[in-house]
Amino acid sequence: MTSDIKPERASRRAFLKASLAAGGTLAGAGMARAADPLITEVQPWAQGFGDPVDATPYGLPIRFEADVIRRNVPWLTADTISSINFTPIHALDGTITPQGCAFERHHSGAIELAKPDYRLMINGMVDRPLVFSYEDLERFPRENHVYFLECAANTGMEWAGAQLNGAQFTHGMIHNMEYTGVPLRTLIEEAGYDTSARWIYVEGADASGNGRSIPMDKALDDVLVAFKANGEALRKEHGYPVRLVVPGWEGNMWVKWLRRIEVTDQPVESREETSKYTDVMADGSARKFTFVMDAKSVVTSPSPQAPITHGTGPLVITGLAWSGHGRITRVDVSTDGGMTWQTARLAQEGQDKAMTRFYLDTVWNGEEMFVQSRAMDETGYVQPTKTQLREVRGLNSVYHNNCIQTWWIKPTGEAENVEVS
Amino acid sequence: MSKFPSTLCATLTGLALAFPALADPYGLGRAAAPDEIAAWDLDVAPDGTGLPEGQGSVADGEVLFSDNCAACHGEFAEGIGNWPKLAGGDGTLANQDPVKTVGSFWPYLSTAWDYVHRSMPFGNAQSLSADEVYAITAYILYSNFLVEDDFVLSRANFTEVEMPNADGFFPDDRAETEYARWRGEPCMTACKDSVKITMKATVLDVTPDETATGAEATAATPDAATPDVDPTQEGATEDSGTQQTALDPALVAAGEKVFGKCRACHQVGEDAKNRVGPQLNGIVGRPVAAVDGFNYSAAMADAGGVWDADHLAQFLKNPKATIKGTKMAFAGLKKEDDLRAVITYLESVSDQ
Repeated sequence: MTSDIKPERASRRAFLKASLAAGGTLAGAGMARAADPLITEVQPWAQGFGDPVDATPYGLPIRFEADVIRRNVPWLTADTISSINFTPIHALDGTITPQGCAFERHHSGAIELAKPDYRLMINGMVDRPLVFSYEDLERFPRENHVYFLECAANTGMEWAGAQLNGAQFTHGMIHNMEYTGVPLRTLIEEAGYDTSARWIYVEGADASGNGRSIPMDKALDDVLVAFKANGEALRKEHGYPVRLVVPGWEGNMWVKWLRRIEVTDQPVESREETSKYTDVMADGSARKFTFVMDAKSVVTSPSPQAPITHGTGPLVITGLAWSGHGRITRVDVSTDGGMTWQTARLAQEGQDKAMTRFYLDTVWNGEEMFVQSRAMDETGYVQPTKTQLREVRGLNSVYHNNCIQTWWIKPTGEAENVEVS
Repeated sequence: MSKFPSTLCATLTGLALAFPALADPYGLGRAAAPDEIAAWDLDVAPDGTGLPEGQGSVADGEVLFSDNCAACHGEFAEGIGNWPKLAGGDGTLANQDPVKTVGSFWPYLSTAWDYVHRSMPFGNAQSLSADEVYAITAYILYSNFLVEDDFVLSRANFTEVEMPNADGFFPDDRAETEYARWRGEPCMTACKDSVKITMKATVLDVTPDETATGAEATAATPDAATPDVDPTQEGATEDSGTQQTALDPALVAAGEKVFGKCRACHQVGEDAKNRVGPQLNGIVGRPVAAVDGFNYSAAMADAGGVWDADHLAQFLKNPKATIKGTKMAFAGLKKEDDLRAVITYLESVSDQ
């Protein structure tokens, strides 16, 4: 007997119904039951051959995981050429995001730029305007760092109220990878810069011409010109062959297909730093240059796409926390909507501007829960509630929403995105 | 927007090798040539640094906008569907759901000029001359009632234009307004008396159905890319193709350029997919509204007929008059030459 598991679910609701029913009838560990044919009968995989080596020269996840994919929200944007999709964080664990399901955001589509065609120019207030080939970049001393990249609009749709029903959609404009690259400082020093310059402007090679101004202090601090992620070449959709890594700062600044770095004495005030990625306050004025992504966390399971299917008893509540200001030092979890909190276990000590995985190993009694998480970083910043954010910013801010998220876990184990008092 | 005279670059390179500044250089890379810098260093700053010589009028801009921008942004820059609104919204920034346009929100005119110059039109970027960008920018100002209809924008008068929201922005102040409030030991017990649900996501029901993506969606793509014509019609198209005289390559090339206006919404070629508009492989000779999986307007779905060259020419000249109720938001190709060229180009992709 084998399980005929279909890779594609008929629908989330149907799946939920079936698995919840199964969970409700499972016998406890100590109870007698009929022998399990998966154990007592010889299974085909225990008798015949599996795939030979080279069956998939570059492997993809097994078909049973076919639902762990990026998804977009079609009504958000006019066209998928200039759009965004979401990392399936509800189905991942650990902290490293596999490149193949790490969210994408393009302003004019993901272009194909071959290494031999790649050029990186440094110009402006430098002693020696230079052009680097891809091979040149590989000859500078390089470093490895794990950093999260969060889009400034992550959770933006939730500003006005609970809207999208799944951690993937509310918090999935984020990924966390190990980058290999050359410190930007090395390249700027190679060109020799005018120390009176206060800014750099970076731009990509695609048709959107996406460009951002970055203060020189940051450029000389921890910014990387990266060509590898998680050990392998960047994916096309993440800027192959070279992208900028701007640790802790909003994703739009991590320019993909990086082609030019200009040392300047003033910000360019490009479209992506004036008309977009600025935060409108209640009085109509707008904050600009809101670069840092403040401390934030979310429970990834249980959550609407990852309901409790095993009934009462031991339950692992888990999630992710990150801060653009540095290390995560603590995450608290509430199961009663914020009336009481317990400090969760961090899987590893927090790392600088990288994701931290947290676990609360608990026991579920089958009653409804309002599950929340609250991150703290090394600066002492405590992740605020949406109410606290709105008190400062009003109702029209969209970007940089790092509020505490609530999942309503129902007695059936299903979960829903809600706002609570 | 480099302020450095490009002729200096070569001299500086020589000097710097002799006197390394700060850290010792690795000696990697090569000197950037002045014309290379000029080709890529196009950005424009609020004070006008980086603007090339040139000028353009509101009147010229209106025509250019209609041809290059209106398909997405609307004839009056009012925006179509989810595409950005460029005009209007005056005085709405403090309202719920503010309308953020070039006129109501953008603090600097340089941003609009720079963006149009380097990033637009969508699907055909960097195709506009400096004069054309001045004209389109002038028209956007006009559509926001910021200049009169006889206005001419030029490098000379560029910084004289006052943007209404120039003082509407302030640098990040979270360190003062937020961080101090939210530091310290957080509450762990009895933090509030009760918890009530105030809003549920399922009430709105705007979450995408997960079955609409992934394996099923990719499996469906090849079907969507194949025009829904029956085999006999396909055969007929092939026959007429072999009998035709070869297409004029110059006209095909000219048509490909004109197609730049269409590319924001329509794809052709091997991997063509339906986008805002249906893919157009084999459009010449194809029945109207025949692409599987594309959501046609009722008017188009009911129109009937075949897209032969004459019918296409009539439609592309004035889409909304030809098929009343079409959702194709394109003003139309006014020039006969452009029509002939683009249809020839579409014929050239008909056998793909």
